[in-house]
Amino acid sequence: MTISSEDAVIDCRGLWKIFGKRADEAMKAVQEQGLGKIEVRDQYDCVVGVQDASFTVARGEIFCIMGLSGSGKSTLIRHVNRLIDPTSGQLFIEGQDVNALSARELREVRAEKIGMVFQNMALMPHKTVMDNVAFSLEVRGRDVQQRRDIAQHAIDAVDLNGWDQKYPDELSGGMQQRVGLARAIAADPSILLMDEPFSALDPLIRRQLQDKFMTLSAEMKKTTLFITHDLDEAIRIGDRIAIMKDGALVQVGTPEDIVTNPVDDYVADFVAGISKLELISAGKIMEPVPKFEKRSGKVDIAAWPEARPDHSLDDLVNLSIATQHPIIVKSDGKPVGIVTKNALLRGIQGDIDDTTSIEQ
Amino acid sequence: MADKEFNILDPFSSVDLGIAESADGVKQWAIANRDVIQPIKRFFNEIIVGIDNGLNAIPPVVMLAFMVLIAWQAAGRRVAILVGVSMTVLGFLAPNAWALAMTTLAIVVSAVILCFIIGLPLGVLAGKNDRFESIIRPVLDTMQTIPAFVYLVPVVMLIGIGNVSGVIVTIIFALPPLVRLTSLGIRGVNESVVEAARAFGASPRQILLKVELPLATPTILAGINQTIMLSLSMVVIASMISVKGLGNEVLRAMGRLDAGKALVSGLGIVILAIVLDRITQGMGQSGRDRGHRHWWEAGPVGLILRLTGKNS
Repeated sequence: MTISSEDAVIDCRGLWKIFGKRADEAMKAVQEQGLGKIEVRDQYDCVVGVQDASFTVARGEIFCIMGLSGSGKSTLIRHVNRLIDPTSGQLFIEGQDVNALSARELREVRAEKIGMVFQNMALMPHKTVMDNVAFSLEVRGRDVQQRRDIAQHAIDAVDLNGWDQKYPDELSGGMQQRVGLARAIAADPSILLMDEPFSALDPLIRRQLQDKFMTLSAEMKKTTLFITHDLDEAIRIGDRIAIMKDGALVQVGTPEDIVTNPVDDYVADFVAGISKLELISAGKIMEPVPKFEKRSGKVDIAAWPEARPDHSLDDLVNLSIATQHPIIVKSDGKPVGIVTKNALLRGIQGDIDDTTSIEQ
Repeated sequence: MADKEFNILDPFSSVDLGIAESADGVKQWAIANRDVIQPIKRFFNEIIVGIDNGLNAIPPVVMLAFMVLIAWQAAGRRVAILVGVSMTVLGFLAPNAWALAMTTLAIVVSAVILCFIIGLPLGVLAGKNDRFESIIRPVLDTMQTIPAFVYLVPVVMLIGIGNVSGVIVTIIFALPPLVRLTSLGIRGVNESVVEAARAFGASPRQILLKVELPLATPTILAGINQTIMLSLSMVVIASMISVKGLGNEVLRAMGRLDAGKALVSGLGIVILAIVLDRITQGMGQSGRDRGHRHWWEAGPVGLILRLTGKNS
């Protein structure tokens, strides 16, 4: 997926964040002498939070940033609504330079364009669910009735109707995070920032909320920046994924890209344990028909099961179980490739580059 | 003293820098500036006397009922009963005990209101600003630990004896805990909640009013509770500069070695302290801790609302 910068809702260019008293000096040294993270720490007593991050998120896209704790992903996401000011670099929201906004304009953008969900929910304990959800409307000075109507709508959207007069501490963790989600979408912002929203929840509830979020985001078409330390979650949710390490974006790509073409050992280690069944498509592992015929001679493909190039390995496994034959992959009714059982098994292992060696 | 021979092992007794004499200049300065102060003093005196007259104009039984209702609303039924019994006992301690207690209450109320007006902004500032906190902390330490007799004289020289001076010396002693606890309360507000408020576009003022102060309220109320207690502990000292009330009775009884009267008035102060303490502590507890959602759903107001709700 290539994105021209015009329809990028979030456009981050060469963003740096260095923490510490001498951040500006350190930044200068980095730009002029190309100091690394360790040198900055030793010479300037500063910590590099984000180094040279550049990415764009298209309208309606869910962009996941994946990294372990301390990799700078929470720092990075906070630059989008400028909860943190960058040391260097620019960030545009719908073409608007966030760092050029006045305090007043910034508050307006935060309240109306950006919704944020936090890992620790960060609900206001002294406000009811309703008042929590309506908070961004309250700070914009909307009247009570309008606030209630809009908030009720958001509460219904996350299936919490009937809980609106409760206080956050009367709700379970999963329900609290649904309140957090409702609060983020209440003002109908165009951008959602999700800072590890489901990480603190137990696995079953997490999955339910992921599903809820995916349904909502499909309905509402919100541009989403989603932070997680869980690659499974990133793959499930993200249209594209960025892997972050030590403050830098190591690799940006679709889930399939990342899993099949890890750019370095770090990413490869990450994706090693990931199930490829849903990720890899038939088109990636098939052998072109002429090549197959050259090897095995002319074959009668009439009895063979058929698949399309975008079918996942999971689908192919189901087809393959029912028959002894290889699978023929057809595009627009024409056979384009063949997936043998061996190729399928290799594909499940994630081994797709050397399909020629399969037959040995 | 200065003519004493210098001794390296005891240099202090042979050197006299005359600090005490020059510090006595405060007195001269106070006397010289009296005229400027007098109109301000008169203004505050009228307020205090007004509160005093108001409290004393209400018939004791009506006042008693009123206090019980306030206690019921603020702190629940048990505290209301305690307040009712305590205040009745106070009334029966001596024929003039109730009137004296009301006068003392007027002084305490004035001092606490002024403490709140001065202390809350200072506390918020100290909670927000580390530098201000580090500047104000030694000042608060001084206010709390310096013996009251030290500032009694300058205050009297500047303002003269009477209620206003009494309130001022009370404020000096009773203000620090409110400032400290307000600062503590503001600092104790969960940072992620403040961050969330910022992320949703709240201005610094909105964050203070809608998030920080409400969440710091229990701590601030604990500060007010402490301020009230310290104000009450100052009533005897304040009576030395001609503040009327229970404290004055204790002082006079002490002068006459009248142990009985001292005990009676002292008990009156203790009862007043218990009553005010329980009521303000109850306010510090949120209604939800006591099993109801909003303050108007409980106590006498809740009862009236329920009754009128049924009738309509």
